[in-house]
Amino acid sequence: MPEVLQKILWLSTALFFIGVYGMLTRRNMLAILMSLELMLNSVNINFVAFNKYLHPEKLDGIFFFLFIVTIAAAEAAVAIAIIIHLYRYHKNIDVGETEELKY
Amino acid sequence: MDSIIFYCIALFILISGLLAVTARHIFRAAIWLLFTLMGIAALYFWMNVFFVAAVQIIIYVGGIVVLIIFSIFLTQQAGQKMAVTSAKQSVFSVAAVLFGIAFIASIIGRFYFVGRSETLNDSVNAIGTQLMSFTNGYALPFELVSLLLLAAMVGSILIAMKHKTENKNN
Repeated sequence: MPEVLQKILWLSTALFFIGVYGMLTRRNMLAILMSLELMLNSVNINFVAFNKYLHPEKLDGIFFFLFIVTIAAAEAAVAIAIIIHLYRYHKNIDVGETEELKY
Repeated sequence: MDSIIFYCIALFILISGLLAVTARHIFRAAIWLLFTLMGIAALYFWMNVFFVAAVQIIIYVGGIVVLIIFSIFLTQQAGQKMAVTSAKQSVFSVAAVLFGIAFIASIIGRFYFVGRSETLNDSVNAIGTQLMSFTNGYALPFELVSLLLLAAMVGSILIAMKHKTENKNN
């Protein structure tokens, strides 16, 4: 089944650009973070698919998947801490209206 | 049969992903994101990489989405809708997205990847042994990532903590 990899690449391309669309149109910081998670997930799909269908004797793609998931978790935790702290000062997490990060 | 299941999973992922970036209620968007991540886990199950699917469900569905939903509860008023995107902005965003898809499509079309049919040995034992191998493994990145997680944990507690002096001033 050689075409399977091609199909998965199309799927992850579509998912990545859905995330890009969300990132460009959303104004709410949490919604932007959610679009970012979609983009990271599409990259993960690519890593795992390339590992499985092109280099089945290695496991490096799965290791990259694990590292990306870990870093995404750390990034989400820090981003949500920043958003909650920002909300305390501005009562708003709209990127157009919170114009200063320094308090 | 196999490819019918693939198309069903792909359709599910794309539709729930689109709803996740277009839903007006942020809470509904988070639930659609949850469905998207579950669909991606289903795709991993379809690819027979079970450990990856389990990690996807445990960390993304069980961790990150729950974190996002709790922060939605902390920062949004109930029933509040997000602002509508202006027509100009969505037109330009769609144009940027179409340009990007065309760019990636030209790359995917030029390199026709021929997959191999050998099976991947993705048992937890093999993953652990190769990950921590000193000759061609990822022992150093593994330790660095554990440090990064610790730093992120301390940092997010420090950032989200209420500072006493600021409360006096405000």
